Amino acid sequence: MTAQPHYSGGFQNAPVQAAHAFRAAMTVMARPGEIRELNGSRPPNPLSTAAGTLLLTLCDPETKVHLAGAINTDAVREWLTFHTGAPLAQAADADFAVGRWAELGSLGTYRIGTAEYPDRSATLIVECDELQQAGAELSGPGIKGTAQLFLPDIPALQANAALYPLGCDFFFTCGNRVAALPRSTRISMET
Amino acid sequence: MYVAVKGGEKAIENAHAWLAEERRGAPDIAELSIAQIREQLSLAVNRVMAEGSLYDPDLAALAIKQARGDLIEAIFLIRAYRTTLPRLGYSNPVKTDEMACDRRISATFKDAPGGQVLGPTFDYTHRLLDFKLAAEGEVPVAPTLQPRTEATPHITEFLKGEDIIQDEPASDATPGDLTREPMEFPSNRPLRLQSLTRGDEGFVLGMAYSTQRGYARNHAFVGELRIGKLAVEMDIPELGFAIDIGEIELTECETVNQFKGSKTEPPQFTRGYGLVFGQSERKSIAMALVDRALRWEELGEDNLGAPAQDEEFVLSHADNIQATGFLEHIKLPHYVDFQSELELVRKLRREAEERIKPKEAAE
Amino acid sequence: MADQTKILNAERQDWMGLLARAPESALMTLWDRYETHPSFEWLRSPEIGGVMVRGRAGGTGDRFNLGEMTVTRCSLMLQDGTVGHGYVQGRSKPKAEVAALIDALMQTPAAGTVHDQVIAPLKEQMEADKTGRASKAAATKVEFFTMVRGED
Repeated sequence: MTAQPHYSGGFQNAPVQAAHAFRAAMTVMARPGEIRELNGSRPPNPLSTAAGTLLLTLCDPETKVHLAGAINTDAVREWLTFHTGAPLAQAADADFAVGRWAELGSLGTYRIGTAEYPDRSATLIVECDELQQAGAELSGPGIKGTAQLFLPDIPALQANAALYPLGCDFFFTCGNRVAALPRSTRISMET
Repeated sequence: MYVAVKGGEKAIENAHAWLAEERRGAPDIAELSIAQIREQLSLAVNRVMAEGSLYDPDLAALAIKQARGDLIEAIFLIRAYRTTLPRLGYSNPVKTDEMACDRRISATFKDAPGGQVLGPTFDYTHRLLDFKLAAEGEVPVAPTLQPRTEATPHITEFLKGEDIIQDEPASDATPGDLTREPMEFPSNRPLRLQSLTRGDEGFVLGMAYSTQRGYARNHAFVGELRIGKLAVEMDIPELGFAIDIGEIELTECETVNQFKGSKTEPPQFTRGYGLVFGQSERKSIAMALVDRALRWEELGEDNLGAPAQDEEFVLSHADNIQATGFLEHIKLPHYVDFQSELELVRKLRREAEERIKPKEAAE
Repeated sequence: MADQTKILNAERQDWMGLLARAPESALMTLWDRYETHPSFEWLRSPEIGGVMVRGRAGGTGDRFNLGEMTVTRCSLMLQDGTVGHGYVQGRSKPKAEVAALIDALMQTPAAGTVHDQVIAPLKEQMEADKTGRASKAAATKVEFFTMVRGED
């Protein structure tokens, strides 16, 4: 007998699994272009393991989450509520937003922080079909020389980087793999 | 230039060991248990819970033991522990009119329904040391009478009918939380109340006393003071309804203040509010007086320039952990800072002496 | 498996609230005496956290944050699939586990026995404690006497 789906699929050993996941999330954010594995959760479809694990690790009753497009299902909503208590929100109010790039909509909708508090901005978790170290060329803090990462929309992400120190930060998830792109990274087309 | 200095590990280690020995005191005296502190020093426990901003009597008792009875140090320990807790959610507002009152008095209405219930108060004691307590073994028993079963209504409810007291209309706006977002000024009443309820009892008392002595006097009566236990209820998302998640003791004070009216408000009674964890009577009365003083703008009163009217002054200095952290840090090594000060003063001295010398030579 | 719809929310609210407020020693003593302790699977293992308690300005006005309290919660599933949640005051993981087990059992045919052997006696003890305090408070209620003064 299995439980109602929204009750299962959480961390079995939350302190240890959340710490491992947090380490991975921090590493990819600190080293843009690096890809790590993120495991520990079994979220309902169509949420990926990496995105689900990020949500369990980063969200709580004080982080507003926006579920964009096809992942905004009853099962995902109930699962997120039971395991994190995070309130659901519109894109403009969200601390975290999850969805595929096309479904997340215009970046202009999301919070980019204020001059006093640049941290009051949204982090977007972008579900991708592929995640590979090829495509755009990245440089800046945390990158020795340059790094490569496949990005869904280079001009939009360049515009976001131009807002620095304001702007959004991004995780890219695919299956159980994750990469990240902070606002501080400079992006150019691969030459 | 910054010069890092290392050293003192052994000295620190030994200091901690000696601290532990001193904490225990003479080994031929029985050691205090957490339960003893919780049960027999309960008002100290209450203060640590209120200012530590965490309701957990056993933890507060442990903190008092660890801090050797230094309550601000104990509050510091509780604040540090509190930051490690994941926030599971927010309760629904407590319904203080449903409190099971141990004590409930009014200085304004003698015959209030529910009556004047004194509870376990120090008020009418003679403040003479009781040397009987120095001897051990007595277990006092309090007399009992047939208890009330119905809830005790708030006194201010009776004034409301006459429209002669300021209303406090309900609002479900989400209040700011100063433990999550840094305080910005001008602030608002919910943030002021949060800051005051966890503020230092001595500081809030001093501020309240200043209003009574004439620095923004607001003519307060204790409309009602009640102490007792009540249930805390929280919405549980996975259940889809609210349940009680526990029961806490609170002290609530509502002042009724004489008010001649202002440009914007008619003559009426105005209100100040105090609500504090545990049996914390002095603190909750003081909180209500300071709350009322800080409402001057909302009521269209004049700013008399009194300290208790100055929101930034009151809220920025009410927190004893912030205050003691900043105060006590100046005793820690500042060798490099001081070295540069020393150089500066020596240089200024040399220059001053050189200015004086040629003059003297000329005379 | 329990038919969730048949259990009134109000009843569940009552027993969950009682378990949350119960003194740990009283609950554990009664539970230890209960006939069988069923096996279960964790859905969310016990977790200690804080809940921000809120009040209202003036008792009725704007909401404000008063301070936190410690709460321990967990969720589990019995072998028949019944889900139980425990939310209890304080930092005791064993108490949260027992509360969740009782919450689950109260939704099964064992409800009657659990009620008689644990819930009812627990409620009685807690009410007796409450009445005890109220009786002491009643004895400190002031009875005023009006003194007649003057000539008339």
